Amino acid sequence: MSNLSDTGAPDRELVERLEDRAHFIRRETIRLISIAKVGHYASAFSCAEILSTLYYGVMDLRPGEPAWADRDRFILGKGHAAVGLYPILADLDFLPRAVLNGYTNLGNPLGDHPDRTRVPGVDFSSGSIGHALSAGLGMALAGRLAGRGYNSFVLLGDGEQNEGQVWEAAMSAAHHQAGRTIAIIDRNGYCLDGPVDEVMSIEPLADKWRAFGWDVHEVDGHDVSALYAVLRRLSDRERPTQPAVVIANTVKGKGVTFMENDFGWHLGYLNADDEREAIREIDRSARRI
Amino acid sequence: MANIAGTKRDLERSWSLTDLLDQAPGFAALSSTLIEITEAGAPVVALTADLKYSNGLVRYGERFPQRFFNMGISEQNMVTAAAAMATTGLTPFVSDFASFLSLLCCEQIRMDLAYSKLPVRMIGHHAGIALGFYGTSHHATEDLSVLRVMAGLTVVCPADPASLAAAIRASVEWREPIYIRIGRGREPEVYADGSAGFEIGKAIKHFDGASATVIATGSMVHPSLVAVNALRDRGHDVGLIDMHTIKPFDRDAVLEAASASELILTVEEHNRIGGLGAAVGEVLAEAEGAPPLRRHGIADEYSLIGPPTHLYRHYGLDVAGIEKFVRLELEAIA
Repeated sequence: MSNLSDTGAPDRELVERLEDRAHFIRRETIRLISIAKVGHYASAFSCAEILSTLYYGVMDLRPGEPAWADRDRFILGKGHAAVGLYPILADLDFLPRAVLNGYTNLGNPLGDHPDRTRVPGVDFSSGSIGHALSAGLGMALAGRLAGRGYNSFVLLGDGEQNEGQVWEAAMSAAHHQAGRTIAIIDRNGYCLDGPVDEVMSIEPLADKWRAFGWDVHEVDGHDVSALYAVLRRLSDRERPTQPAVVIANTVKGKGVTFMENDFGWHLGYLNADDEREAIREIDRSARRI
Repeated sequence: MANIAGTKRDLERSWSLTDLLDQAPGFAALSSTLIEITEAGAPVVALTADLKYSNGLVRYGERFPQRFFNMGISEQNMVTAAAAMATTGLTPFVSDFASFLSLLCCEQIRMDLAYSKLPVRMIGHHAGIALGFYGTSHHATEDLSVLRVMAGLTVVCPADPASLAAAIRASVEWREPIYIRIGRGREPEVYADGSAGFEIGKAIKHFDGASATVIATGSMVHPSLVAVNALRDRGHDVGLIDMHTIKPFDRDAVLEAASASELILTVEEHNRIGGLGAAVGEVLAEAEGAPPLRRHGIADEYSLIGPPTHLYRHYGLDVAGIEKFVRLELEAIA
């Protein structure tokens, strides 16, 4: 990639592209949830810039070829944010637009959680929290055995840090020197029942990952320049032996003021008036950019 | 009488974990067959959870160090990582005590293997009460029941080392994930011919029987064979089927036995609920004029602890116990 300046930041054109695609993810999330009439707006909004930066800036992918053997892998640990992922898969021609528009309808492959058996471009099914990092590890080990240089990107929720299997995988990836395992934690601060650190505290999070032998980074998870710089650097490493984790500090519901940091919006539905209001705000902030 | 627990140890000699391998032909067959199919080009990787001496996979690891992954005591991570490896075209074999594999990793098996259609092969070893005095934590008398209801999962219980080798060879062309259930690796030989006729989903008929047909699976095939032979020698017309595949279930073999025999008997090292006996019962319940069914296995309770051979005797899962079970059931319908 040539979009990296001397300071490690992406050039202006790329920044605009990544921000535009984050805006696209938010708009599409609202549109798709209006079909299902219930969904995880806030969970998709907190990771919109992360998904945009990965899919449009960092990951090595071929549009229209979801099964390309050398592609970078992506596993959505917080599977309930799939509503923000599907529009990208359609945008990359992994998935027909007509399928996207039938989101959650009877027999449609796109459900609230992503399903690898039904959705081209979904590298691993999720929905049961806690499996994803093990999956990323397995793909990284398989890639190394096959002599392929792809990375396994795993997007984990912060509530997901409560799961024991995450830490089994963390220990195992460091032990097996699976350096192509790159985790991103969407640290939006909320799980279903409230603030993560009130329900089951996970801090000191960075210290935990460091203690497990990982290369730990922290960024503003809504700053595409910062996300790009760190993820680009990690993905470009030659023969990495240390797995890496990026703690992305985010805002749950980011972009729609009445949803931000209100855990009730983990799951919900916008009536027509509120939907218009949400779209107005998202569009306004996109124009400011 | 055959000693189903396998070779008696020489108590004059000291031994340690690494010596056990030589006493377990089942585990020798596991590694040697995996080596054989890997050398023939199957994209195998092998994973275990800190049990490479217990299941003998140390031998595979010595031959193919890059294809062998010791995942430590992290069974769930092992199963999911294996599933992910399978997405890239590899054929992972994961091995673990049957108790932990089937119950601790139950949800990973359901979501990441069965539902996701990823062709991982699981070796659940020391199944049933084979771990004797190690206790209930290490016993697996529920695994067939739990895994049999998972759509898209194949469940195979080889009777002896040759059957295990045959199941592994047959797995190369099998698309579904498979749970292969074995015992202590010391199951005595049933198939001296190398089990050449082994086919997943196809029961092996040893004898027809007009009075009764015994349907046995896994570790219970050998003692059932010895028991049935003894009964036949005494003039009882008793048949025997090795039902080595619990899923997909060979309904035709059961129906054929049902039409030929006055009585169907099942023998399994598993809770009588939910396993082989239940699978046979489901077929018979839907068949017209089916003969009565009697199920032999472990009662719906947790096993005593004790040396495996003593437990098998206590629960009637040795040759004498099975012979007695069959004889009493024959007398009951006479």
